[in-house]
This record gives sequence, structure tokens and C-alpha cells, in this order.
Amino acid sequence: MKHIIGQVFRSGKFLVGFVMFMAIVLTVVIYPLFIKDEPLDIVSRGTFLPPGIYVNVYDSIEFSPRYTLILDEAAARRIASKLSHEDRLAMQEWLVAMGVPPNKIDIEDTANLLELWENTFDPTARIPGMTNADRNYYIRLNSALDGLLATEGATVAAVNSETGVLEEKDVIDQTDYVNVGEVPNIRLLPLGTDNFGRDVLTELVKATGVSLTIGFVAGIIATSIGLVFGLLSGYLGGFVDDLIGFLNNLFTVIPPLMLAILIAFSIGQDQRGAYTVAVVIGVTSWPWTSRAVRAQVISLRNRDHVNLSKLSGHSIAYILLTDILPYIASYVVMALILQISQGILTEAGLSILGLGPRTTDVPTLGLMMSWAMIYQAPIMGIWWAYFPVIVVIAVISFSMNLMNTGLDRVFNPALRE
Amino acid sequence: MKAYRNYYLKKIVWFVITLQCAFILNFILPRMMPGDPVAGIVARMAQGMSNATGVQAVYEQYTELFGTDKPMLEQFIIYVRNVFHGDFGYSISQYPRTVADVIKSSIWWTVALQFPAIIVGWILGNTLGALSAYLRKGFDNVLLPISIFFSNLPAFAMAIILLVIFGVSLKWAPTSGGYGFDMIPNNSWEFVWSVIVHYQLPFWAIVLITIGGQAIGMRSMAIYELNADYVKYARFLGVKDRKIIMYVFRNAMLPQITGLAQSIGTMVGGALFAEIIFSYPGLGSTILTAVRGGDYPLISATTLIITIMSLVAFFVLEILYGLIDPRIKAAQSE
Repeated sequence: MKHIIGQVFRSGKFLVGFVMFMAIVLTVVIYPLFIKDEPLDIVSRGTFLPPGIYVNVYDSIEFSPRYTLILDEAAARRIASKLSHEDRLAMQEWLVAMGVPPNKIDIEDTANLLELWENTFDPTARIPGMTNADRNYYIRLNSALDGLLATEGATVAAVNSETGVLEEKDVIDQTDYVNVGEVPNIRLLPLGTDNFGRDVLTELVKATGVSLTIGFVAGIIATSIGLVFGLLSGYLGGFVDDLIGFLNNLFTVIPPLMLAILIAFSIGQDQRGAYTVAVVIGVTSWPWTSRAVRAQVISLRNRDHVNLSKLSGHSIAYILLTDILPYIASYVVMALILQISQGILTEAGLSILGLGPRTTDVPTLGLMMSWAMIYQAPIMGIWWAYFPVIVVIAVISFSMNLMNTGLDRVFNPALRE
Repeated sequence: MKAYRNYYLKKIVWFVITLQCAFILNFILPRMMPGDPVAGIVARMAQGMSNATGVQAVYEQYTELFGTDKPMLEQFIIYVRNVFHGDFGYSISQYPRTVADVIKSSIWWTVALQFPAIIVGWILGNTLGALSAYLRKGFDNVLLPISIFFSNLPAFAMAIILLVIFGVSLKWAPTSGGYGFDMIPNNSWEFVWSVIVHYQLPFWAIVLITIGGQAIGMRSMAIYELNADYVKYARFLGVKDRKIIMYVFRNAMLPQITGLAQSIGTMVGGALFAEIIFSYPGLGSTILTAVRGGDYPLISATTLIITIMSLVAFFVLEILYGLIDPRIKAAQSE
């Protein structure tokens, strides 16, 4: 046993797959120890906040010491963030349409462009062929540009509780900075928020854990059924073999996904917990394991040691467990790994169809994917809602496949290079 | 040809029995759903109706229409009769359309998308796998990891990646639908062109999904065959490389055809997700709307159609296999 494990870990592919897989499992275990937020807590108002560090504005004005930094690039950056290249092109278009000669417009020269803009922009002007939406865009752009080149600071005012009059409290200069470390309220959202306003990273870690559990439960169920059926049908032959063979073919030909859809649908949304879905996946995906185990058992059942055991009067269960199972154990482990990764993918598929676990208890990778699809995240370019999920799914299934290939090399000498 | 009769007879009997089992499962499972499906549609129809007897009348009318108050066996007999008339009853979520009508408008999209895509993917995958086995170093080192990675991506992930790269970022092809949303199906060139453009992304998504698994399978089969004794013997005899390779690939091909038969169900499932991601107007999207609408007649019929489609594909492959594999011929003529 020790020798086999040693050999397995000397296989490069297995090792890489194992390390990737353990990294995911460890993250799932360790992350909640440090970050104790509830994965389904709604932390933001509004949907799909982009990833980043969120600094409380009120705190940074009221509570944090302010420092003055003299940085040359600051003003240029400020303008650039307000005035993108597309905006500049749009401004040029407007100016040309209003009759400014094109050769006088240099869209890279910000001061000149803004001056031209201030002189010619007229919110009431009607340019032929311009839609209302376009005109509204220009009006918004114009108000965003107001005071872009100003050098004075912004004034903070508060309502006096006695008189109800605004009173100046503070002036913030353009060169004022706060140290992020000194602001009391900062929230890091490394992957932003999802459509409900939940922290995607925390949700993703929890979802990965739940999906792995679903995969394990489904994989163990499928492999157990497949193993028992395969052992019985391979060893006993005859009527049992025919019966199991029939079931097996039936479940192969009717697409397993269709069966899972029908069963999951018949269970109904409210009864479908994560484990129910795992069981549904497990009982629909055993046939190929059973077929493979059967083939292995048939090649073993007439070996000398099995015949000897039979002659000594051992029971069928004893023979199967001690004389046959050890020979196919490595194969069963490989089948289990494949079943687990297949189970995770099937859960994701069912959830996309709206047949996954009910959405109120736990997140799963499939449910996150499903919500991202319902809110059209891919089309809107909200990568953080779906891409991390795809990456996690791909890494899990890739790592399991690598482990499997590595094991195959070890146990199947014909494949060794 | 006589030798084959037994083989085919067995296959046909088997086909019929499977079909019946699939049919019964398709009928029973969705109807075991808890809750009253008619209540849902009545709630939608009777919106704003304050008159309780009116709502009751609507409810009774629909119960009558869908026959949900009758015993299961009677419902089954009605269902069988309807199916033989090519009529699956009314759709609940898209009432007053009939299920047959809904399916008729989506099935051809699925057939036209999936069959060519799976076949192209299968051919490309096997060619690449064979090449990779034959050339080994270099080609193999690049191709193998790529195809392993592709075959590990779930179908919907592949579809989303294509959607984002080619649909959203590069804007080479539209991201959803089977034709332009501003068009009515007709015979003009404009419409045909729109259909072709919308076809590209779902098609290549399915092809790529299929390639990965097939290439890996073909590669290991071909490597196995290349190391077989008959190859060594043939080399020893001085048979030309080209001729040997032909034999090797012919032998490696056989398990691949069985593999195709056995995985056709899984492939069809994967292809359905590609349809859903691209909102392609095929059966995948129909299932999605049926699930969301709690529409069990539609689910029943859609899964039945898909099952029959994969059954037929399975059957055709089995027959082809019987023709190609010399061992079956030998076994039958004993």
C-alpha cells in the first residue's frame, strides 16, 4: 500500500493535479476561518459592483487625517478619468457638426478642446440625424466637464441642526489625500458583488465547497451503484447479468441529463436541497462505471485464485470482496474521481436550467452561473460574475482529470512511456 | 446478409423495448411534481379577477382541458392516444399553443445545429487525435494539454467563452437568437444570411466541446494500436509505413464509433447548453422555458423527443458498427 502511494506521488501529472485540487480544498476550508462574513449576506445596494477596494467617503472626509501630496500627474489623471478617448471623439463630432473647421480641433490638447467646447456647446441645438439618446449623452458629458480645469477645492457643508442653514465645515483641496490605512471603514471586494449585491469571492468559496460536496456525494452514490451492479453482473452472469445489462443499456441510451431533468423537475423547487440534487445526479450517472467494472470482473472471474476460493466454499460476498475487489480497486478509485468531476459539472448544468438546489440555502457554482446568465452578465461585460466561476469549475475538473491520467499511468503499465 | 439477421433483429427488439421504457418514464416523472400545475396557469389567467366563482370556473375549465383530475392510468391512455395522433396536448406555459406546435417550431433548429456540429467535431477530433498519436513529440506536447483542457470545460463554459470573445469583444457574430430579432422567417437572402451568421457561434462551441474528448480517446487508442504486435510484425516484414497506418487507424476507429454511440446522449445534453447560452431557438431553450413555466406536458414531450433522437442515433451507429466490425460478422456466421 505504502509502495503504491509512493509510486502514485512520483507521477508528475498526478502530483500537479493533486496540488491544484488540494489548493482549492484548502482555500474552501481556510477562507471561512479568517473571513467570517455570511456568504449569502447582501452587502451592497445595486447590482454588480466592480471589483476593488471600497473606501468610505464620509469617513475619509470626517475622521481621517488629511495629508498634502504634490504630484505632477494628479491633474492630468483627473481629467483623463473624466474625459475618455471616446468622449473626445464624440466632442470632435459635435464640434464639426456645429461648423468648427476640423483642422482647428486637436482632441489631444485638453485645454484647447475644452475651450472650444465651452464656446460652442448649446444644449438646445438640434443637429440633423442626432437621436434623443445622443443629445442626452452630450448634455451629461457637458455637465461632467463643468469645472474640470478648475483649481480650487470642494467645500463640505453640513446642515446646522438649530437654524437649518448650510454651514461650511471644511474645504478639500485638490492636493489633499487620506491614508487608506487610517480610514475606519474600508471593504475589499476582490471580485465585486453579484446581482443581489453579495460579495462574489465569499460566495464563490462557499459555493465551491458546496459543489465539491455535491460532487462527492453524487460520485460516491454513482460509483457504489456501478460497483455493486458491475460486480454482480460480471461475476454471476446469467439472468442477473441480463437484467443489469438491460438497465444499464436503458440508462445509457436515454440521455442521463434528460433523466436528471425529469427527476429534478418532478421533485419540485422547494424540496430540492443540495443533497437531493446530489442523489439525483448519482442515481442517473452510474451506467458507465457498472459497464467498466463488469468488464474487469469478467476478466478476473476465472483466475486460479478465484476458482480456489470457490472450491474452498467461500460465499459470493467473500469472494467478491477479498478476491476480486482488491484487483479492481485502483480502477474504481479512478472511476470515482471521474464521477465526482462529472457530478460537479452536472450540478452546474441542472442549475442553469433552473433545476438545481433551491436558491435560498446555499450557493453552488451552478447557481452562481445561473444567476449570472439570467442577469446577462456575459453580454454586459461583467466578467467577475461568471468568469471566476468558470475558472473554478475548469480547475476542479482539470485537476481531477490530471490525477486520473496520472493514476492510469501508474496502474496501467501499457500506457507508460 | 442472412448472417446479420439475428444481430439486427436483436437490436430492433431492444430498440422497441427501450423506447417504451423511455416513454413511460417520460410520462410518469414530470407528473409526480408536487403542487398543482393548473393552479399556476389559473393564477396567471385570472389576474385581476375578483369574482371567486369566475376563478373557480376558469380553474375547472383548465382541469378539464389538461385532465389533471383523472386517475393516472386514464391520463396515460389519453396521453398515448394523443401522441399517436402527433399531438401532445396543450402547453401550460404557452397556452393556447399546443405542445406539438411549440416543438415543431424548435426541433429543426436543434437538428440542423447539433448533428452537423457533432459530426464535424467527431471527425476533426479523431483526425487530430490520430495525428497527435502518430507524430507524438512536438505536436503532441502542444495538442494534448489543449484538448485535455477543452474536454474538461463544461459545455456551457465553452459557449460563454466563445460568446464573450467573438460575440461581445470582437463583435464578429451576434450573441443570441437563431436569426435577427427584427426579422420574420422568410425565404429572402437577407434572412438566410442572418441565420448563417447566428449559426456560427453555437456551431463552433459544440464542435470544440466534441473535439476535446474525441481527440484524447483517439490518441490513446491509436497509441495502443501502434504498439500492438501486428504492427511490429508488419514493420518487420517491411510493409510500407503508409499501409500500416491505414490498418492502425481503421482498428483504432472501431472503439471510437462505439464511444460515439455511448456518448451521444451526453453530447446532445452538452449541445443543449450551447443552445441555451446563445438563446438559440431550439429544444434547449424550449426546455428552459418549460422548466421556468412549470410546464410538464412540454418537458415531457421535449425530453421524449431528445431521447428518441439519441435513441435513433444510437441505433444507426450500432447498425453501422455491425457492418464495419469484422468480428460481429464472424460471430453471426458461426
